[in-house]
Amino acid sequence: MTREYKSVRSAYGNTLKELGRENKNIVVLDADLSCSTQTQIFAKEFPDRFFNAGIAEQDLMTTAAGLACTGKIPFVSTFAIFASGRAWEQIRNTICYSNLNVKIAATHGGITVGEDGASHQALEDISLMRSIPNMTVIVPADEKETIQAVKYAASVYGPVYIRIARTNLPDIFDSSYKFNINKAVIMQKGTDISLISNGETLVETMDCAKILSEKGINAEIINVPVVKPIDSDTIISSAKKTNRVFTIENHSVIGGLGSAVCEVLSENYPVKITRIGINDQFGQSGTAKELMNYYGLSAEKLTEKIMGQLKNDTTAKCIQKI
Amino acid sequence: MNTKFSETEIKEIEKVSKKLRREILEMIHNAKSGHPGGSLSCIDILNVLYTKCMKHYPECEKNPDYKNRDRFILSKGHASAALYAVLSHCGYFKEDELMTFRKFGSRLQGHPCCNKLNGIEVSTGSLGQGLSIGCGMALGLRLDNIKSKVYVYMGDGELEEGNVWEAAMNASHNKLNNLIAFVDRNRLQIDGSTEKVKSIGNINEKFKAFGWNTLEIDGHNINEIYEAIEQAKQSDKPVVIIANTIKGKGISFMENNPNWHGKAPNDEELKLALQELK
Repeated sequence: MTREYKSVRSAYGNTLKELGRENKNIVVLDADLSCSTQTQIFAKEFPDRFFNAGIAEQDLMTTAAGLACTGKIPFVSTFAIFASGRAWEQIRNTICYSNLNVKIAATHGGITVGEDGASHQALEDISLMRSIPNMTVIVPADEKETIQAVKYAASVYGPVYIRIARTNLPDIFDSSYKFNINKAVIMQKGTDISLISNGETLVETMDCAKILSEKGINAEIINVPVVKPIDSDTIISSAKKTNRVFTIENHSVIGGLGSAVCEVLSENYPVKITRIGINDQFGQSGTAKELMNYYGLSAEKLTEKIMGQLKNDTTAKCIQKI
Repeated sequence: MNTKFSETEIKEIEKVSKKLRREILEMIHNAKSGHPGGSLSCIDILNVLYTKCMKHYPECEKNPDYKNRDRFILSKGHASAALYAVLSHCGYFKEDELMTFRKFGSRLQGHPCCNKLNGIEVSTGSLGQGLSIGCGMALGLRLDNIKSKVYVYMGDGELEEGNVWEAAMNASHNKLNNLIAFVDRNRLQIDGSTEKVKSIGNINEKFKAFGWNTLEIDGHNINEIYEAIEQAKQSDKPVVIIANTIKGKGISFMENNPNWHGKAPNDEELKLALQELK
């Protein structure tokens, strides 16, 4: 099947422009990366409402906080590593503690940053953002979900972190898709195992499920775009059905989606969970595709990993199929 | 400098400062914790600013002109006792609430929390962030064509934070002439002299180099404080008022002693201190 790949960053920039036309209180801030984050699309139409902090992420976040204090709705963009890392304490102590209406749309999250290498690959951003009170954390998986997540963020009060993928992403959802802050999305019903993913790894997870089905394993796929607040009910229901859960994410296995799912299930319905992601290590240079493959996040590598785990797992319901 | 206030007026203002100093010490004594040194060094400026210079409304949102108020950010949030004393004096809340300072369930948190107490524009406490927040407010007010001023009060040790200088560049780049910063130049931080811990050097020249107008005053001289603020309001650029102050000002045994940065007076010390403020 040929897929149409779309730039979710352009979608983000265009959505900002659209929101800017509807609401004069929307302002946008960037830290010298507006060509990469695509906030330049907004900047061209609304130069008076665009502020470039230069290479100064702490100032970027706290200036956005000040703008929010005057009733503006700032969207703040830079690479995820700098947004979530360099300015973490500004986000924690000024934006979130004051509960200010700041939207952080960070691009270039995960290993798929690619050639720039480990210094620029944010593998911890979801973990860092998820642990701050008042913060909502969203990881969209395609263009439609990105656009709706950005519009959702603009429509509600409070701090939101959205991870915008660097890579172009294939369409996953059709035009009927409705992003819901309270609901995870069951992409495919299944009975043998639960595959829980979001963002750039969702399409790989779906492809992996296809390969698994050819091997007779009937996987349920759940997309969790909203890592916080997480939809516990959908995750628990799926675990009750399959009794075996895999989480798949373009992020460290520490603190991200996998950890969030572990928290939900260990407290409510403990089943065996395998977290698939980056295993407590730094990345390296390479193409996004090479790195996804090397770090075990491509559909083929996911399949290998899951099959290997199931083979040795006497508790898995589908053990007899392997 | 032209004298703005008559001697009688100055006496009245100084009388208020004394009352505020007493309250600061009583609050910190009662809480058995807090920051007397830096609260006493900034209180004369906060007094003049809130009672003589700033447009603000203790009734907050109930006032139709509330959105046009001047903004104040206590970037050195550890001087919260000084801010609470001034806010209470201006009528934001009753004075008896001051004795809840730093207690469980109080609106008067150890460092200011905007979601608990009216009159606090933004929560502070982590140093170095107030000036950038002020830049954001100044930009937001300018977008809405609101002619108010944004005041940011920093400590001198706080200037060691890199975020301050990012903000300093931001303010001059964006020509924020509605932004007025203070540096409480009491020359002491927790570990001792600012020049020993990490020499700040010439603050005046540093801000000038960043494109700011600068004013330097005695931060305990009522007329100098008033004149500087009124002059700063007319500035065509962001402006910083470098206020030479004395940490622990007003209490002989606290003055210029870094040990009183974050220590509460005991019963005897409070008694002695209050005698000096009669």
